[in-house]
Amino acid sequence: MTKTPPVDDWTTDFDIFDESYVKDPVPVWNELREKCPIAHTDRWDGSWLPTSYEDMQAFVRMVPALSSRDPLVVSASREEEEFDPILDEYGNSAPPITSDPPDHIPMRRLILPLFTPRAVEPYRPFAEQLCHDLIDGFIGRGACDAAMDYAVHIPAKTIAHVIGVDSGRSDEFVGWVRGLLEEGMTDPAKRIKYRGIIRQFFGELVDARKANPRDDLISRLLAQEINGQPIARKAVVGICNLLLVAGIDTTWSSISSALWHFSTHPEDRRRLANEADLFPSAIEEMLRFYSPVTMAREVTAEIHTGDVTFMPGDKVLLNFPAANHDPNVFEDADTVILDRARNRHIAFGIGSHRCAGSNLARMEMDVALRIWFERIPEFELTDPDAVTWAGGQVRGPRHLPFRFPV
Amino acid sequence: MRVKVNAEKCEGHNRCCALAPELFDVDDYGTATALNDGDVPAELEAKAKLAVENCPEFAIEYVRDSAEEQAK
Repeated sequence: MTKTPPVDDWTTDFDIFDESYVKDPVPVWNELREKCPIAHTDRWDGSWLPTSYEDMQAFVRMVPALSSRDPLVVSASREEEEFDPILDEYGNSAPPITSDPPDHIPMRRLILPLFTPRAVEPYRPFAEQLCHDLIDGFIGRGACDAAMDYAVHIPAKTIAHVIGVDSGRSDEFVGWVRGLLEEGMTDPAKRIKYRGIIRQFFGELVDARKANPRDDLISRLLAQEINGQPIARKAVVGICNLLLVAGIDTTWSSISSALWHFSTHPEDRRRLANEADLFPSAIEEMLRFYSPVTMAREVTAEIHTGDVTFMPGDKVLLNFPAANHDPNVFEDADTVILDRARNRHIAFGIGSHRCAGSNLARMEMDVALRIWFERIPEFELTDPDAVTWAGGQVRGPRHLPFRFPV
Repeated sequence: MRVKVNAEKCEGHNRCCALAPELFDVDDYGTATALNDGDVPAELEAKAKLAVENCPEFAIEYVRDSAEEQAK
């Protein structure tokens, strides 16, 4: 975890990489919602941190005054970006997550049909077999690291399968994505290195599919057109980069957070183990309570909101996790209620950039948790101090030592 | 009871379709539509309510039936 100087005043000097915030951000959000509700910091090149549901709903719609061209929570500085041949060749965009109108809609429409509820359902048997195989690997030991031995592999191997790349290389893909997002967010050299590896990998793959099309996602993307023009090679590489990066540690975090919750809340664990009908609402509640993803927008035109002013060049963090704990919208917001009936959570974001892979993520969570509970209904955390959390852009547990009766 | 989806507001979270597949469908871009002109049979009213109250885009509305309206 990144070491950061202590925070004295969260309203003017917040730090989303602060160790206590990464472990449990809820008290900070509650304090900020009362006091600001939009905090500011000069750390990490400066940014704004809204905390209310209403603000998040409003800000996603301020397009393009709040632009998506750089949605990372920490921007690389211009000096860091210089003289990178990979950047020169491929650019730094990952459409459609980095797109604004008018390019955004046609770019997004290329990938949306690949991830509708009906389109992701055929991947369910793959995910189910995968979960069983993973559990077979450790169930006899009566112990495992639920984040590293189970949760991480489910989205990594599934998205590799969906994109049509060798799922045997998924450990490598996880390393790249962690290098880019988890470790790279506060370490530009690392970020640039892994960005290069990912782009080069997909660059070569796109060329191979161009030469010899197959029945796979990349070949299908290459066969499409926008306004009668084939899609630029650079854009296809960017889309593949997005699918890999957005598809791994987000869902890994959600599955791990849910398992962490049930390992530390035995009443909820017993309830879910005995009431299978609760899975759909319980999964939405886990998504609400432990929303993993914070996105960012870059200000392109002066915006006055409440008693603060966003200036061009400022960064605004779309704090979806905090919005999902807003007591003005969610009854008993800081309590997990497995059968919560009113749950308009925005864990997948909101507005025109709503997570395109949300149905795939939901299917993976459903499979991961149902099969886990079917085979290991009783489990507990062995050592709370050994649990580590990643935070920043994507928050979730990275080590979860569990034991369970054999 | 009748419901309708405001296509302008719908951004394709597909929560309605997951919660009440008997009442909603989604197209290739995730945009939802209410099935059967939005008619909700009495036994599915609870599911319709769930769909309305879980839509993050506030895109699903109840439609007052005109006959019902006149009766009041």
